[in-house]
Amino acid sequence: MAISVTEAAKAGVPVLLQGNEAVAEGAIAAGVRFYAGYPITPSTEIAEVLSRRLPEVGGTFIQMEDEIASIAAVCGASLAGAKALTATSGPGFSLMQEMIGFASMAQIPCVIVDVMRGGPSTGLPTDPAQGDVMQARWGTHGEHSVIALVPSSVEECYTLTVEAFNLSEQYRTPVIILSDALIGHMREAVTLPHPDKLRVAERGMPDCDPDEYDTVSSTIDNILPRPPLGSPFKVHVTGLVYNRRSGAPDTADPATAADLGRYLREKIYHHRDAIVRVEEVEMDGAEVAIFAYGSVARSAMAVVKKARAQGARVGMVRPITLWPFPTAAVARMAEQVRTVIVPEMNIKQMSWEVEAAVKGRAKVVDYGRVDGELITPEEILELVKPEFYYHRWEDT
Amino acid sequence: MPEPTASARVELRCSGSGGQGILLAATIIAEAATALGRRVVQTQSYGPEARGGASKAEVIIAEEPIDYPEVRRPDVSLVLSQAAYEKYAADTRPGGLLIYDSGLVEADPGAAGVTHCGLPFTQVATDELGKKVVTNIIALGALVARSGVLPADAVEEAVLSRVPPRFRELNEKAYRLGLRLAAGAADAETTTKDGLTPTTAPAPGS
Repeated sequence: MAISVTEAAKAGVPVLLQGNEAVAEGAIAAGVRFYAGYPITPSTEIAEVLSRRLPEVGGTFIQMEDEIASIAAVCGASLAGAKALTATSGPGFSLMQEMIGFASMAQIPCVIVDVMRGGPSTGLPTDPAQGDVMQARWGTHGEHSVIALVPSSVEECYTLTVEAFNLSEQYRTPVIILSDALIGHMREAVTLPHPDKLRVAERGMPDCDPDEYDTVSSTIDNILPRPPLGSPFKVHVTGLVYNRRSGAPDTADPATAADLGRYLREKIYHHRDAIVRVEEVEMDGAEVAIFAYGSVARSAMAVVKKARAQGARVGMVRPITLWPFPTAAVARMAEQVRTVIVPEMNIKQMSWEVEAAVKGRAKVVDYGRVDGELITPEEILELVKPEFYYHRWEDT
Repeated sequence: MPEPTASARVELRCSGSGGQGILLAATIIAEAATALGRRVVQTQSYGPEARGGASKAEVIIAEEPIDYPEVRRPDVSLVLSQAAYEKYAADTRPGGLLIYDSGLVEADPGAAGVTHCGLPFTQVATDELGKKVVTNIIALGALVARSGVLPADAVEEAVLSRVPPRFRELNEKAYRLGLRLAAGAADAETTTKDGLTPTTAPAPGS
């Protein structure tokens, strides 16, 4: 490449970038200085780029023996104060689930990229899918909350990686980026934001005396940063239920468990409005809406353009944040349109969630494809047409 | 050679078997278009195997934002294997251009309204440069010369900035060989005489 990605971003010139490369470069821009991973198609380029880029910025890259060790190393690095990333695909994402639960429980900021491919098991290793969206929410056991972001473009692979680290630091939680084989391997000409224009959240330190640290505790509205291991602060990290103030394990008292359990959920859900991002396209006056995310949203966008060009009022609601689920935006859409079409490269995973939020206020039409092919605009248009009873469709 | 039309949308598909460098060829086209300030999306599809199989790499170049990123009716197809020919050649848009390796592909020129251009890329790479590995770059030169999708010098610049310094000379030779090869060749079999106008072909669905 004639010009580095950072130089191009500073100069404001377009650069051809692959989705996976954009995740890696976004991570560097976000201040990531630790990556541990195990290569797997279609995520491997993230590791490849970071194996070269991290040493350049004084960071550490480790290829681990497997995905369990990878996420464990990421948790360790984060507890030591580093912004840490791992990337994988379906089979590796399955292996990581237990440690994602540990990161949720112990409130360890970290980012996991899952570049979704066809599954289950080895499945369709080189083809895109969206079959891990529920696993991102509920893959680890027990009551927990999580944040998951879904990029639809190479540019978003970059910006959402920065955003993922900001959310992860702010809410002290694992954040999952749900890319897919199409977005991850796709190259686009992108003009990236100037590094100075990016908001990058830093970890920070508690502003109390180290001796008083175990007497203070985070509230829902004030999530205190955790000092790194090795600092003068005493930090207790455990996967057991613990006392939220001291951090010490306490499994005997139901009130302590209830307090922690509610806190772990509410620190995300209470801030849902601040966390959730949704793009609404042509929703002004829309009678039918397409709810689409990730690569499928690109096909949905083509349908919105075609339908609007023919005078059919079709809009799109595109969740950028998939978890927590954008319930408010879906409820708003349900009040407005008569039909919501949910095309996705899985069978009903999100349409089920859409239905729960629509609560019968609109018809929900689900459309799933699990053959490793991107749903086409024509397929979606065929679902749209019957929703406009009297509209005469020209050939498209 | 038709003049590149700045406002047009053009869709290309390079196909062959894994290891032939078709993804690199597509990436170089995409990089050249990026440097020219065009909108570009490049996608690919391949099987789990590292070598062999029928694989493809696609590029869409446009002025407007590109939503659906895949190519279904390419204006220009480059085909480097028989398996890829059988799988993908028929998708080429009527009025479009099909360039193939005449030493590897037995083409059916009866395909409706598509200009066929067969050139012995692999053989030329071996005979003239002693390096089969630059077959893709020779084919890229021929594609650029015949289709006019992008200015030849812009693509040459992209070739040179992609390859490591010690291979620049070889790739420069290969690319220029491809340009000359295409310029000197009549269409192997031509089923349309109304000229090649891939850059003004309508966008799919428009």
